[in-house]
Amino acid sequence: MKSLHGTAGMLAVVVAVCGCSRQHKAAPAPQATAVGSALVVSSGDKQLGPAGAPLGQPLVMQVNDDQGNGVTGALVMFTGPAGVKFDPSELLTDSSGQVSTNLTLGNTSGRYQLTAVTNNKAGHALPVQVPELAAGYQEELGYQVQRTYCSRCHNPESTPEQVSNHDNLSVPPHSFDQGDTYNKLSDADLTAIIGHGGPAMNLSVLMPPYGKTLTKAEIQAVIAYIRLVSDPPYQAPGLVYAKQ
Amino acid sequence: MRTPNKLWNSWRGLFRDPIRPFGISSALLLIVLAIAPAKNHFSEWRHYQRGYLKLIRNRPDALVLQRHFEPGIHQIWLPDLGVVDRCETCHLGLTETSLGDIRMQPWSRHPVIPHSMQQFGCVICHRGQGAATTVAAAHDSTLSPDEPILPARYDEASCGQCHHVALEGTPTLNQGREILARYGCVRCHAIKLPDGSAEQPTDEPPPLTHIADKTTREWIYAWLKDPKSYAASATMPNFLLSDDDARDISAFLIANSVAESGDTATLKVASATNADPAAGASLYGESFCASCHATQNAAGNLVGGDLGPELTAVGTKVKPEWLTAWLRDPKTYDGATSMPHYRFTDQQLALLSGFLESKTNSDLLANVHLDAATPEQLAHGKQLVEEYGCAACHEIRGVSRPDNYGPELSRVGSKPVAQLVFTTGMAETLPAYLSNKIERPRSFGPGLHMPQYTFTPAQVDALTTALLSLTDRSYTLPAKMRIAAVQQTAYEPAGRAGHLMTDLNCMACHRINGHGGDMAPDLTWEGSSVQKQWLDAFLKNPNTLRPALIRRMPRFNLTDEERATLTDYMMTVYQNPTIDRDAMPLRGYLPAMVEHGRELFYGKYACQSCHMVDPAQDKGYIGPPLSAVGSRLNAEWIFLWLKNPQQLRPGTIEPDRDMSDDDAHALTAFLMMQTGSGNKGAGK
Ligand code: HEC
Repeated sequence: MKSLHGTAGMLAVVVAVCGCSRQHKAAPAPQATAVGSALVVSSGDKQLGPAGAPLGQPLVMQVNDDQGNGVTGALVMFTGPAGVKFDPSELLTDSSGQVSTNLTLGNTSGRYQLTAVTNNKAGHALPVQVPELAAGYQEELGYQVQRTYCSRCHNPESTPEQVSNHDNLSVPPHSFDQGDTYNKLSDADLTAIIGHGGPAMNLSVLMPPYGKTLTKAEIQAVIAYIRLVSDPPYQAPGLVYAKQ
Repeated sequence: MRTPNKLWNSWRGLFRDPIRPFGISSALLLIVLAIAPAKNHFSEWRHYQRGYLKLIRNRPDALVLQRHFEPGIHQIWLPDLGVVDRCETCHLGLTETSLGDIRMQPWSRHPVIPHSMQQFGCVICHRGQGAATTVAAAHDSTLSPDEPILPARYDEASCGQCHHVALEGTPTLNQGREILARYGCVRCHAIKLPDGSAEQPTDEPPPLTHIADKTTREWIYAWLKDPKSYAASATMPNFLLSDDDARDISAFLIANSVAESGDTATLKVASATNADPAAGASLYGESFCASCHATQNAAGNLVGGDLGPELTAVGTKVKPEWLTAWLRDPKTYDGATSMPHYRFTDQQLALLSGFLESKTNSDLLANVHLDAATPEQLAHGKQLVEEYGCAACHEIRGVSRPDNYGPELSRVGSKPVAQLVFTTGMAETLPAYLSNKIERPRSFGPGLHMPQYTFTPAQVDALTTALLSLTDRSYTLPAKMRIAAVQQTAYEPAGRAGHLMTDLNCMACHRINGHGGDMAPDLTWEGSSVQKQWLDAFLKNPNTLRPALIRRMPRFNLTDEERATLTDYMMTVYQNPTIDRDAMPLRGYLPAMVEHGRELFYGKYACQSCHMVDPAQDKGYIGPPLSAVGSRLNAEWIFLWLKNPQQLRPGTIEPDRDMSDDDAHALTAFLMMQTGSGNKGAGK
């Protein structure tokens, strides 16, 4: 024990924080054989997954030329905050101009802003911000609760397993990621609407009250979920203050 | 050789002055005395405590945070739980609600969880060495090999040490446990739980005692070689058999199959007479086969349920005679099957078997050519069946079920790293070991028999999580903390109706008195809930209550007498003892009350957002349509449901509106007027 001090300890903490499995030294960066003029997200952004676990879908990006056609052989590099792992973090676009990387987010819940970069002809970097969402216990619970009780009205997308009721409502509710609506509502407002129904905040009676159906913890969990998925991101009031 | 001399000189020089030895020894003493406080001062945890103070210094919440801060070692000591955790010595922000923006360890806030840290400590969930006061000794797998920190992605495993019932907040753990049961893992690997119970399988591997009646040796061969080549959703794993091994096992299984009474080899299969070619497909649809069976659609997606086997290429598998007999009465072939006895007419049987026979995969058997087996091959086939533990899942004549075919896994989540054998390139941790074992079991060495499954990475994670929940600690924690899984009761309906319900396998989908499936509504209190006439009509023609559902109640062609038996039984026996279903009348409510109910329905309670009363106007699509609810439900049931839906059906998503008796009465009156035809009193 006594031989372990300062740096070794710091190293260990970095390893522990980064999710424990030591990363193998990355293979040397592949050499780009082409360059494009635009980098766009094809799929896999704004995914929600449990903190520390791999996300369900890969992140797929595409490099295009001036005409908007995919470019083969362009180098795309991924970076992110501490704790985020990319598999792989650097690779060349395939014949359709796409790259695909598997993601593991850090161990703390919240929004992770990742960056994908490719270089254009002039050698300038073209960075693209890609948000991904890590759910902790509470957000995960909130996700489950809203999927059972709320999403059929609040999510306009229908699946065969869950037919949406959104368009049947004369006053359409907002989908939970609409930050423009939800960020204006405080936690107390949301608790009131969910607990006592729409009329509690002068909204439509079509929004039913859940105060006697859900527990307090479940309502808080749904709010935590709404805060996590908000786009634009939600800023807790305390933080705005901290920045001033 | 001048060096010793030099040393001696300097030595003498030191002591030339008699005061010096004294001075030097005092200095030495001081240094020795200072070592302890210095060690303390430079100790790692002080470093983190200083770092924390620096971090909070300029924050607007600094004053509060500083007031909460106490220097020194912090400890949570819970003798009952065997917890001595000093983690909070460095993890100083865990309970500081205002530190939500800090992601830097060790100072970030703990995410919100349902337990208090003061009651549970840290290591019960996170593992690691709670009493350690250095980072490495607390976390690292090389320094705390018995219990290194559990990577966050498997956190739900820790909930599973006490919570054996599925929790809403642990989807990964729940999924893992489901896979353990559904993919038959627990048939080879015993998993005993601390309360003395054991994980039970939920799959239904068919008996192979008379398999020759059902299928051919060629199909068995192709299936053994790769179950997924026949059905993408197959739950049987791939045993990675050589061609010769598959040849010999298939030969043995066919040779070992003995016809039983009811077998069909000689049955004559009639084809449907004057049938529209689409009639078979419509009958498949009308019978709601897809509620339990999946088929691949043109786009290659599986559509349908997973209670029964996939039917995409069933025509390549089963013999036509067998299929017809199976559809006529599945229990003749397999007394334990969940497949209902549909009571199809001969014409329907011909239509349906014709339709299913046409679902083939011509590639599957194209290259399978098997010669008659030699006695050696048969003997070898039997030997392989024993070696691979086939009888752990399937009933096979002459091969007894092996006990503990695979290693028991009851405490695998605490297996010390020192006892694990790793393959090269793999992280040397228990979670990595478990997930590799699940993903590629045969890579751990030659001669291993564990078969290859095709799990997605998410499924591997879920399984690993479920296995990691099986810890020593789950046995040593106080028994009062354990929350047992909901065990199915042994309830079976009695008498003639019971016989019928077993024949129809009602409980494959419906739960009654704690026994049965969860695909369809619980019927325990059905007799209190519905009107007898409605029930009889529904069994005759189960038009679905919820158009949005894919899974629906099939029609069974019951005779009048069978229907009467079932209806009488359910109306009499499946009653909630606290409900008098005749306490409120079905008809005769005052128009003013009905009108008041309508106003409440469309106004105060906005029921139309989920339900339809007037299909021409209402659109609500979440709950069942209510346009004929007055002919379906008893008034008293509606009233009590409105007052507290969760009390009548725990877990229903109908919100409890905290309704007054007056409102509930008026709404009941309005709903009882909704009798379907004509829509008397429905919304305008
Ligand atoms: C029956 C459909 C329905 C269900 C189920 C439902 N809501 Fe709503 N909700 C609405 C409607 C309609 C509105 C819009 C009210 C308005 O804008 O006047 C709404 C509004 C809201 C609002 C205010 C912000 C907005 O979108 O306009 C919140 C917050 C909310 N709902 C939360 C929830 C939660 C949480 C649940 C699940 C526990 C839930 N709702 C379930 C219909 C529903």
